[in-house]
Amino acid sequence: MSAPNKSYDPVEVEALKPEEIERMRDEALAAFAAADSLDALQEAKVAHTGGTSPLALANREIGALPPHAKAAAGKLVGQARGAVNKALAARQVELEAERDARVLVEEDVDVTLPYDRVPAGARHPLTTLSERIEDIFVAMGYEVAEGPQAEAEWFNFDALNIGPDHPARGEHDTFFVAGPDGGTESGVVLRTHTSPVQIRSLLERDLPVYVICPGVVYRTDELDATHTPVFRQVELLAVDEGLTMADLKGTLDHMVQSLFGSGMKTRLRPNFFPFTEPSAEMDMVCYVCRGESVGNPDRPCRTCSSEGWIELGGCGMVNPRVLTACGVDPEKYSGFAFGFGIERMLMFRHNVDDMRDMVEGDVRFTRPFGMEI
Amino acid sequence: MRVPLSWLREYVDLPATETGRDVQAKLVSAGLEVETVEQLGADLKGPLVVGQVLTIEELEGFKKPIRFCTVDVGQANGTGEPQEIVCGARNFQAGDKVVVALPGAVLPGDFQIAERKTYGRMSRGMICSSDELNMGDDGTKGIIVLPPETEIGKDAVELLELVDEVLDIAVTANRGDCLSIRGVAREAAIAYGLPLRDPALLDVPAPNAFGYPVQVTDPVGCDRFTARTVTGLSPEARSPIWLQRRLQKVGMRPISLAVDVTNYVMMELGQPLHAYDRKLVEGTIGVRRAQPGEKLVTLDGVTRTLDAEDLVITDDRGPIGLAGVMGGANTEIADHEDLENATTDVVIEAAHFNAVSIARTARRHKLSSEASRRFERGVDPAAAAAAAQRTVDLLVLLAGGTAEAGVTEVVAPSAPRTITVPADHPDKVAGVTYGRETVVRRLQEIGCDVYGQDELVVTVPSWRPDLTDPNDLAEEVIRLEGYENLPSTLPKPPSGRGLTARQRLHRRVGRALAGAGYVEAPNYPFLSEQVFDQLGLEADDPARRVVKLTNPLNDEEPALRTSLLPGLLGALRRNDGRGSHDLALFETGLVFHPREEQRTAVVLPVDRRPTDEEIAELDAALPEQPRHVAVVLAGAREQAGWWGAGRPADWADAVQAARTVAQEAGAELIVRKGQYGPWHPGRCAELAVTVDGAERVVGHAGELHPRVLKALGLPGRTCAMELNLDVLEQVGHDTPRAPRISAFPVATQDVALVVDKPVPAAEVEAALREGAGELLESIRLFDVYENEEQLGEGRKSLAYALRFRAADRTLTVDEASAARDAAVALAGERTGAVLRS
Repeated sequence: MSAPNKSYDPVEVEALKPEEIERMRDEALAAFAAADSLDALQEAKVAHTGGTSPLALANREIGALPPHAKAAAGKLVGQARGAVNKALAARQVELEAERDARVLVEEDVDVTLPYDRVPAGARHPLTTLSERIEDIFVAMGYEVAEGPQAEAEWFNFDALNIGPDHPARGEHDTFFVAGPDGGTESGVVLRTHTSPVQIRSLLERDLPVYVICPGVVYRTDELDATHTPVFRQVELLAVDEGLTMADLKGTLDHMVQSLFGSGMKTRLRPNFFPFTEPSAEMDMVCYVCRGESVGNPDRPCRTCSSEGWIELGGCGMVNPRVLTACGVDPEKYSGFAFGFGIERMLMFRHNVDDMRDMVEGDVRFTRPFGMEI
Repeated sequence: MRVPLSWLREYVDLPATETGRDVQAKLVSAGLEVETVEQLGADLKGPLVVGQVLTIEELEGFKKPIRFCTVDVGQANGTGEPQEIVCGARNFQAGDKVVVALPGAVLPGDFQIAERKTYGRMSRGMICSSDELNMGDDGTKGIIVLPPETEIGKDAVELLELVDEVLDIAVTANRGDCLSIRGVAREAAIAYGLPLRDPALLDVPAPNAFGYPVQVTDPVGCDRFTARTVTGLSPEARSPIWLQRRLQKVGMRPISLAVDVTNYVMMELGQPLHAYDRKLVEGTIGVRRAQPGEKLVTLDGVTRTLDAEDLVITDDRGPIGLAGVMGGANTEIADHEDLENATTDVVIEAAHFNAVSIARTARRHKLSSEASRRFERGVDPAAAAAAAQRTVDLLVLLAGGTAEAGVTEVVAPSAPRTITVPADHPDKVAGVTYGRETVVRRLQEIGCDVYGQDELVVTVPSWRPDLTDPNDLAEEVIRLEGYENLPSTLPKPPSGRGLTARQRLHRRVGRALAGAGYVEAPNYPFLSEQVFDQLGLEADDPARRVVKLTNPLNDEEPALRTSLLPGLLGALRRNDGRGSHDLALFETGLVFHPREEQRTAVVLPVDRRPTDEEIAELDAALPEQPRHVAVVLAGAREQAGWWGAGRPADWADAVQAARTVAQEAGAELIVRKGQYGPWHPGRCAELAVTVDGAERVVGHAGELHPRVLKALGLPGRTCAMELNLDVLEQVGHDTPRAPRISAFPVATQDVALVVDKPVPAAEVEAALREGAGELLESIRLFDVYENEEQLGEGRKSLAYALRFRAADRTLTVDEASAARDAAVALAGERTGAVLRS
């Protein structure tokens, strides 16, 4: 460290004249105000606050002043520098804000641009409608049961009280699986309904049994607008003590209300199935016109052809002979069952006109259905 | 069963105001499925009258023969002058009585009849055919020629009963009795609460010893045989119009008087009948089982080789009929045109055959007839004698015949069937309190005799063979009380366990793939074995072993799928052909494999629960049916757009789909280079999992072989993946354990390793992972680089980002570097990898 400077230079002292300091300050403030960009401000900053700026040089001169002048000069220069730095900071904030605002404007986009970079996939509506129905019953305590599609004739027919010579057996339009030697006597068919799953459930599960049996089934129908040889059914089976046809009716009503809204109801019409006795066809009130198109030519209903009712499928009380074949005591237990086609329900629930649309796998058909229906 | 309302009204006095639709509603709620009500003649407007053709002038010079006729229509045309009519048909002659539509008439199909000039003449009306009047088949398709005695000028609408309503009923398999007007009339009478005039209530002479000789040697197959003889039938006699019209309305074709009468009585009473030309029957009529190999030419002209189970009607020569199914040609009633051999004497058969026997014979000979349909479903045995009597009466009345006094009746003794049922059984089935009185009344209405108080002893009527069990009686009571009056109650199932892990997995896989942009496309499982050649499978590929159908819809597709790909690729091709080119499809579904040791699935008893062994044996006879999942892709996986370029679907998407599925299943998927038929040999991943310590291949993924694309007509670079979902499910676990999350800072180290090109990245990564040890949090391959100049020929560089972190401290640079070095060292040892300099 050097000793204090005792000598001074009268010429350089000129620089510390108050008017000079004020001029330096004012020049700096003017330069900052004039800076119209952060870059320009940076230049002005270097020029007016940097190591070689007039005020910095003036500051350095203070040391050369006679001791009596040092305090006053120091105060003068210090105030000037303070004002300059404050102005610089303020201008900096101002310009940054301006820049930020400008950048945000520049980054403006058209939010209406489409973005189909990876088009969405979808699950087939037959799958999701089946699941929707399953979920209604799972919520009630039913469980979902499944079984093989190539099924033993005993499960598909005999156990269901459709003996080898029963006329109904011939009406099932069955696909037969070839035997070991290519012959016809394999005893195996492509299941014609999911009812064999009911038999398997009764054989495998402890009583009481409450199951819902969804799945693919087969009939030898050619594909056309209303038929397909491969289709899906949902069947339900309940076997417990004291079950009645009224319970069957209530369960059906609950289902159609869950699927189509409150106020929906079903209607039973007597029919015949070997595996149920009594048996019935089940209809639901048309969910579109609620029956109001009947006899009202001014308000025709496409969905139900102005019939007021839509045919759902078959149902009934489990034939005691079926219970016997499954080792369930028909004196103690009774049960009900119903079944219907998912394709048909999809057609009237979602306005599908042609069965072929559901089986051809056209992505234009399936995509709009998304993940759930 | 078609039921003309006019015929039905003959046995039930339905209110005159009841329309076909009204009757339909009543019958439907009683349980008869009346599908349609046909309105006959609803669009028909007269004048339609009987005329006699006076003159016929053949007009020449036209493309087809044309006749100019004058027809006497009496006063029906208001003038009494002959009506001039141009006609193109030829099956009539001068003097014939015909049906004439006069100007102003409107025939079915809004066919307006007016005076008009045609073929150079004025035509003032039309001579009608049965088709033009929508009358049903009369066997001629030509002009209706009426019996000579028909009155000229008479209203033909009334004469031909052209206005009627016909109920078309889909009769269920249990209600053979409703395959007759009698049966439907009984249901209608019950539904309306009106009495029935039973057409089977006839005075029938007692059987005697003078009838035509009949010997029944199989009383199980045939428990009743009535034979009657009518002689002296007039060969000229024709079926009257009313009889022909009723047959047409129920959908039958009039043939000859004797045949028409037997058909008529069958429709009326439900009893199939057969008329033999007596002079063609030799000796005793017999009923027995056929000798194996015996031959019979049935009425349809087909020579049938008989089975030992077939029940046949015989005479001294041998079979003359397939009992209950179809008669034989050798005793056929003569055609009514054939006056030389005209049938003048007939033997009428009204028999009752065993339903199962008839069903089997009809099925065996693929010969379903009006008779067999009825016997299979149940015919009233007690109506046989009445049906024979009714036939005799009609033949006497209409053909001028004489009934012989001999009445043959062979009857196997049988007791009436009774069912014992608690009086409150219907109440318990329905969940409704009907009370004993109602139950008894309803059962009596359907013809039962009922005795007893709390325990009812119910004798069922002979025409209801379907009533055998207590629930059958419950159904009768409940349906007559009205299904629509059943209350609605909800049972209370015990709490369920929700979906099974397997069911949840199936849903999850579907959602995951759909979430990744795949569209579900379920397909039929039918395929042609030719597809295996197109897919390039080796001759001994197990996938070529298929389960086949004996009766496929399409003879070219008799096999069931062993892979989802043929169907799914078909869907892809279909979509592509319809203009959707950027495609990602998926399917989950069963495939079918024959068992190594194939056997027949036996028929178990139904009078008890089968044993577990019996069930297992049955299951072992079924094909194996594992669930597969597959995806196919073509075109762009990512679209080009304002954001930049798109990206074509490639092999890596297919492999990634497999990883997505495996992740949902919680299964560790081993992906390695593979080669398999349908796939591009350089772009095929073999997919495997570890099952009980052993690796098992569960599928393949990648780009398809160009040859396969060509053979199947698929877009270029189509990719595919298929996996056995059942095996994934078996090795997977769906309860992941939570990882420990460290809050200490991460230390990142990147390494670039150079290896020979064939070294799989998966092996390098596995070595790095193992070598890095516990501190490694994650590893990610971020670049693959190939450059001969820099790396040398046949080499590639793999760049990995390694992230290290400790659970309990901040790692030092040295610690992280040491772990990295260990990782690189192991990778070097295992794969020959060296750090890129």
